[in-house]
Amino acid sequence: MRALRGLGQRANARIWRLGFASRFLLAVVLHSGTSLRRLDLTIREIYFAGVLSLIIILVSGLFVGMVLGLQGYDTLARYGSTEALGVLVSLSLVRELGPVVAALLFASRAGSAITAEIGMMKATEQLSAMEMMAVDPIARVVAPRFWGGVISMPLLAALFSAMGIFGGYLVGVQLIGVDEGSFWSQMQASVDFRQDILNGVIKSFVFGIIVSWVAVFEGYDAEPTAEGVSGATTRTVVTSSLAILAADFVLTAFMFTGT
Amino acid sequence: MSRTTLDLWVGFFVAVGLGALLFLALKVGNLASSSSGETYAIKAKFDNIGGLKVRGAVKSAGVVVGRVTEISFDPEAYLAAVTIQVDARYKFPRDTFATINTSGLLGEQYIGFEVGGDTAMLKAGDTIKKTQSAVVLEKLISQFMFNKAAEDGGKK
Amino acid sequence: MAQDSLVEIRDLNFSYDNRPILSGINMTIPRGKVVAVMGSSGCGKTTTLRLIGGQLKPTSGEVRVGGQVVHELDADGLYNLRRRMGMLFQFGALFTDMSVYDNIAFQMREHTDLPEVMIRDLVLMKLHAVGLRGAQGLMPAELSGGMARRVALARAIALDPMLIMYDEPFAGLDPISLSIVGELIRKLNDALGASSIVVTHDVQESLKIVDYVYFVSEGKIVAEGTAEEMKNSTVPYVHQFVWGEADGPVPFQYPARPYGEELMASAVRRG
Repeated sequence: MRALRGLGQRANARIWRLGFASRFLLAVVLHSGTSLRRLDLTIREIYFAGVLSLIIILVSGLFVGMVLGLQGYDTLARYGSTEALGVLVSLSLVRELGPVVAALLFASRAGSAITAEIGMMKATEQLSAMEMMAVDPIARVVAPRFWGGVISMPLLAALFSAMGIFGGYLVGVQLIGVDEGSFWSQMQASVDFRQDILNGVIKSFVFGIIVSWVAVFEGYDAEPTAEGVSGATTRTVVTSSLAILAADFVLTAFMFTGT
Repeated sequence: MSRTTLDLWVGFFVAVGLGALLFLALKVGNLASSSSGETYAIKAKFDNIGGLKVRGAVKSAGVVVGRVTEISFDPEAYLAAVTIQVDARYKFPRDTFATINTSGLLGEQYIGFEVGGDTAMLKAGDTIKKTQSAVVLEKLISQFMFNKAAEDGGKK
Repeated sequence: MAQDSLVEIRDLNFSYDNRPILSGINMTIPRGKVVAVMGSSGCGKTTTLRLIGGQLKPTSGEVRVGGQVVHELDADGLYNLRRRMGMLFQFGALFTDMSVYDNIAFQMREHTDLPEVMIRDLVLMKLHAVGLRGAQGLMPAELSGGMARRVALARAIALDPMLIMYDEPFAGLDPISLSIVGELIRKLNDALGASSIVVTHDVQESLKIVDYVYFVSEGKIVAEGTAEEMKNSTVPYVHQFVWGEADGPVPFQYPARPYGEELMASAVRRG
């Protein structure tokens, strides 16, 4: 009986928090005027979220593509259709791995940094000080970070996919010796712009919103202590990773079934 | 870090990001080929389309000339009605013969156009009269087995 | 009285999660004066400041600043009021991602359309007032505790406020910084013609500079008067606080069962 009540209370707390987080998202969107009017604030956050994630995204993309090239060749060789390697590499990257893996990396690289930064600003009363200076911290601190993340994510995912296809090309064509012409032509014949690439971009955009939302919320809601901030940082990575994978399933079900 | 270096980096980041998107759209996807030029729609009815799918290729002499855009069932004739978008650059005679072929033994299925000799050309909205259905492997195998059995029975 | 008082607090009650923090507080901050609010840690002093700044809403009672009831203001009214208030936070709360210069220029850039040349003059003026014009290019992480406090002080007076609030301005400072900050509080208040509220538990330093003192204990005002009156006060709590005695009305022991009883209980259990 006690265990049941505890479970109910925990679920209750979760739902309460979700409602709070939704209200917070609404407030962030409503207070976005400043970050759009003063573009330098948002550009600064694109630098921290996007530019600083470039290296990890490019290197991971290259390696994921190279692995796909190796594994894909091995499997396709059994059916004698190695010229479909380009299709396999590009479709897996553009539809799934690009948006998802890039978003997971983004959550742990940039999302955690955003949470830690906002959390520390709260713990050291910087947000409170800003409020007392008649500057709204949601408009001045939170919204630019949110939009910086949302703008960076699709670009990072596209770079990840492009880099991965290049990696698959390196391994498949340059190293193993799959015919270069059929690698590219088969890829172009079966990757559709609207169906595959545009849907991939939409996915990464949604993931960008999820990661940025979770990151700024956890930071803003963190206990204003050192332990509170480190706990919030961990929660950002865990929550946004789970949310990315769940949202990916839902989006995939909508986008790629029926054809 | 000074403002200008920061702007420079962000500008660089946005540029390579958009470049990657452009690469995906043009080099990986078929945006360039699918959106270049106009198309016109024609219809074809088949007894059986087998594994043909929307977005399947339409080829003539091995060259892709169009795509399948819609597949539906015609409840009056009990036939499969397939809508095809053909590249406006290519014109085909009225008596063109549409067949459903398979690339390789187990590959994707596509529609092949075999050109007839009519001088009038197909226009948008026309229906191809002469069609040949997909070859269903199971039917082929069972036909072969029956024939074989009949042959063996006759000899005895 | 009503005319020359800037802040008036009437019958203020505040509770958090049904736990009363402040009950029945009455205070008056006259214009041009420096008033101290003293008491031991956790007695609700900081809460009082937050109520004046409008960051918290009172459970009952009201706070008037310049004649306006703070908790009845809408967001715009509150922000307008806050532009005329300066606040120094406990550990400075400097923006860690900006230089000293940008920290002080922050409010001017946010709230005014002044050209950058004029902002520069103003920033240097404020920094000169706290004696840190030479530190304008440093980042907050490079400052000592005392310097950070002075920069935060310069930031608090950036827009020449009518009311300056100090939350524990003396906490964690060495004796030299302590007297520098103390003197600055007095000098800046008089130079700006502002009023100041100093929340502190540092008796010796603050009694040197303030005009009037409120003593708060467990959410209530237990004594008030001028600095001189407080030094000679016979109220037991004030006496203990001013002279820093370990035991008195504020007991050394955290509330517990009688010592002997507890020892016996554990002895019985062991036996």
